[in-house]
Amino acid sequence: MRIHIEHETTYSYDEPVSYSIQALRMRPLDTRGQRIVNWSVETPQHASVREQRDVYGNVLQMLYVERPHTEIKLRVSGDVETTELCGVVASPIERFPPRFYLRRTLLTETNDALNELAEAAREACDGTPLDLAHSLMHRVRDQLDYMIGETDATTTAAQALANGSGVCQDHAHVFIAAARELGIPARYVSGYLWIEAGEQGEAAHAWAEAFVEDLGWVGFDVANRICPTEAHLRVASGLDYLEAAPIRGLRRGGGQETLDVRVQVAETGAQQ
Amino acid sequence: MLSRTADSLYWVARYMERAENLARILSVTDRLSLMPTIGETGGNEWHSTVVVSDCEEGYYEKYDEATAEHVISYLAFDPDNPSSIRSCIEAARRNARSVRTALTSEQWECLNTTWLELTRIKESRLRGGGLHGFLDWVKERTLMFHGCTVATMLRRDSFHFMQLGTFIERGDNTARILDVKYHVLLPDHAEIGGGIDYYQWAAILRAVSGYRGYHALYKEGIKPWLVADFLIMREEMPRSLLACAAKIKDCLDDLAEEYGQRHESHRMAGRRYSQLRFGKVDDVFGQGLHDFLEQFIDQNNKLGAEIARSYLM
Amino acid sequence: MPDVRPEAGSEAAPAAIFDEMGLDDQEVRRAYLGLRDWLKETPADILALRREEAETFFRRIGITFAVYGEGGDPERIIPFDIIPRILEAAEWRHITAGLTQRVRALNAFICDVYGAQDIVRAGLMPADQIILNDTYRHQMQGVAVPNGIYTHISGIDMVRVGADEFYVLEDNVRTPSGVSYMLENREITMRLFPDLFSRHAVEPVDHYCDELLKTLSSVPPRHCDHEPTVVVMTPGIYNSAYYEHSFLADQMGVELVEGPDLYVKDDIVYMRTTQGPKRVDVIYRRVDDEFLDPLAFRADTALGVAGLMNAYRAGNVNLANAVGAGIADDKSTYTFVPQMIEFYLGEKPILNNVPTLRCSIADECKYVLENLNELVVKETHGSGGYGMLIGPKSTQAEREVFASLIKAAPDKYIAQPTLALSTCPTFVDEGIAPRHVDLRPFVLAGKNIRVVPGGLTRVALSEGSLVVNSSQGGGTKDTWVLKD
Repeated sequence: MRIHIEHETTYSYDEPVSYSIQALRMRPLDTRGQRIVNWSVETPQHASVREQRDVYGNVLQMLYVERPHTEIKLRVSGDVETTELCGVVASPIERFPPRFYLRRTLLTETNDALNELAEAAREACDGTPLDLAHSLMHRVRDQLDYMIGETDATTTAAQALANGSGVCQDHAHVFIAAARELGIPARYVSGYLWIEAGEQGEAAHAWAEAFVEDLGWVGFDVANRICPTEAHLRVASGLDYLEAAPIRGLRRGGGQETLDVRVQVAETGAQQ
Repeated sequence: MLSRTADSLYWVARYMERAENLARILSVTDRLSLMPTIGETGGNEWHSTVVVSDCEEGYYEKYDEATAEHVISYLAFDPDNPSSIRSCIEAARRNARSVRTALTSEQWECLNTTWLELTRIKESRLRGGGLHGFLDWVKERTLMFHGCTVATMLRRDSFHFMQLGTFIERGDNTARILDVKYHVLLPDHAEIGGGIDYYQWAAILRAVSGYRGYHALYKEGIKPWLVADFLIMREEMPRSLLACAAKIKDCLDDLAEEYGQRHESHRMAGRRYSQLRFGKVDDVFGQGLHDFLEQFIDQNNKLGAEIARSYLM
Repeated sequence: MPDVRPEAGSEAAPAAIFDEMGLDDQEVRRAYLGLRDWLKETPADILALRREEAETFFRRIGITFAVYGEGGDPERIIPFDIIPRILEAAEWRHITAGLTQRVRALNAFICDVYGAQDIVRAGLMPADQIILNDTYRHQMQGVAVPNGIYTHISGIDMVRVGADEFYVLEDNVRTPSGVSYMLENREITMRLFPDLFSRHAVEPVDHYCDELLKTLSSVPPRHCDHEPTVVVMTPGIYNSAYYEHSFLADQMGVELVEGPDLYVKDDIVYMRTTQGPKRVDVIYRRVDDEFLDPLAFRADTALGVAGLMNAYRAGNVNLANAVGAGIADDKSTYTFVPQMIEFYLGEKPILNNVPTLRCSIADECKYVLENLNELVVKETHGSGGYGMLIGPKSTQAEREVFASLIKAAPDKYIAQPTLALSTCPTFVDEGIAPRHVDLRPFVLAGKNIRVVPGGLTRVALSEGSLVVNSSQGGGTKDTWVLKD
């Protein structure tokens, strides 16, 4: 499948910002499941950008603006050829052993409710580790309605679960927290999802990956109750949202911030 | 030097100057309130004190009326009032603590001892005859701190930032004292020259330690326009607006020389100095004293903000 | 299982406590002869007077210490005991050799952790001990630090139990504090007791800050072709060790910065000064890893600098100590140190480790639970004497609380035998009496390893107490190392 991505993010500020720094993880890598045909990340004229690989091998672009500004506009566009791998992850680089992904983070800290969720999944499943991960995915989705605006980027897995609703980020976090509790290494993935016209969902998307013995890393798009398909484009991964988020930043001054995001993911084959 | 260090030094000096000015204002008000003729205006002088110290809003949120006891408590000791003498000394020390090594040990020890002694002073001691002892102590400690600064600091950037803080604050204070005399103490211009008027002008001179200085310079009785001339235009008078403007200009020039850089603040300070230096007190009265002072206070704030932009952030 | 039982034959009576001066007037140890005479000559009221002067001095110059989570005076001063502790040259040579060896091994270990992890491949340490450790900073995996040095400044906590018996109790390789007390204590002793001081040939400590600056300047980042600009970074005036941060910056003649004074542009760190941005090359940071960079670690911190880790990884700034060094001083790592010394250096450890039981191991946990009244139990991630149970001094109720804590999270606890810490003569309300002490010497590792002759001696001021932590009412002493 060939998909085309247009992703525009605009930050506008009430008052001039004297300094901005942003960490961008917006450039996907070639893997067995995806071939990048072309890709560009456009940054404002007044910004300078330094590119590194982060510790996971994700492309990390640091964006700096040191003169007064009232807007930062980022425009990502590209074409990607994807292949259906039935959820099995062909991540380009593995810098850590699977068990590393049992580490706890502030966003995936467990509590009684998360432990109960994990325990219930274990008890209800007498199958293989893969079955357990699947049953966990459904259990998480059952307990977490899809609802925009109830949670934000700082919401923890425990808070989302208590809230009973959230977006793809929260689904992934709850799944990750519970999986780690069950001894299943799990990580967070950010990327894009092609959605058929008229269907509900987020084009800028996030899901989880779990390490299943004998099979390797397998993706779990909890929000959609599926394993990633050729409609998923994988961009970055890490222990949680903070390590894989497309954009994180800080600024000095500027007053109120307004954020405008437009994402379009289209199947280019279908348009022709 | 770190911008934050310069900023803290600037504020140490401003807060200490503010504490000193508050002590002066309170001591004059107390003296005025003892004048039998003033009694008729019913506590007005305590209200004017709240106005002159720029605490009107906070004070009347807490109290309905300006009484001696409440005003003294609010201006001298109240931790809720960010501009009380106590809060000022605490803020000065807090700022000093974060830049201790930029201060001389004499400055730090003076400030630290002042704070430690202040924490041991009971507010109840201020009632009855204790107020003057306390205010004298504040003046003594703040002057000692000022003396430590002048006597022990190297004449380089850190000293200049402290001086800037002192004179921005002092200019503001002198302008306010003069302004309040005109518009709160004495709304009715007809009374100018009366007996009450004399005491009030004399009190203002005392508030700025200028009573004897005035007589030495003018060699005649207290005349309102001469007092205004004295506090605005005379560079010999260390608390006059011109003296403050001159000091600020000099400090900025010294910084420009040390750093090899000039900023917008230099232009502003130079312009203001020239206006005062070559202006005439008649023009001030022509413009209206109140208008003139309001404009000065506003310009002074803008200059402070510009200095901050140039160096402190 | 390590043998933590009291030595055979001493089971009935507790091990004799070693007094460093000697409790019997006829058998005073050589290093203390001068002090003994001086104490005899000097009346108690003079000592009391001097102690008062010392307190005034500390208060006036503002050496204070904030205690976490306690009410009362937030600017308390740590009690200073006016009687110095004295070590002989030979003793110190032994300690120095041991410390140097230990710090070399710890540094090699950290280097290995963030590199190939040979120690895991060799089967000496389980991988989980590293990759699942809270103090492991995965952001550092594969990052090369200048000169391979992670532990620029270490404070090694030691205790003494006999004339020739020293144990390392704990390694501190993150942001060890206390060195300012070592220096100020010397300053005050020389002021108050010039006569006593001049009777002894004491090795100086005042060059510590010069050595520190030399150490920091000797490890510039990869991209630095000029004399490096060094700064000290502090969390701010509310930090308990703020005085020390400002003291060290001042003594080294470098800027004391807080996070907001710095910013990163194009992967280079600058500080905001009155003359515009100035590039910073080496940061002696006294801010914990997790608060260093909100874009790399905790997002909710205002103490750090956004982008600092990018500058670090790009080789444009160096941090001392290195990020992630804490993996070496975690209490659960401590038990591996003797093996590290053999593995990385091929040497026998010069200084002993205290035999330690890991509650994460079932057998050892069982033994700990059965012998709580004899053991000291510590939290693996605790510090400052919090989260600790001293068995012999504990109540039944306290032991029960700890037993359930250990059962709930065994991997969070270790246990050690109660050591008979040595005592030193100390001036307390009852006069001069022996009190338990420990020792924290400071080790500097740049191009060379240096140990300044002295350290921070902490003393438990109440009779019989073994808790020397300043946060728990301990005091400090000046520590003298005599010349040969």
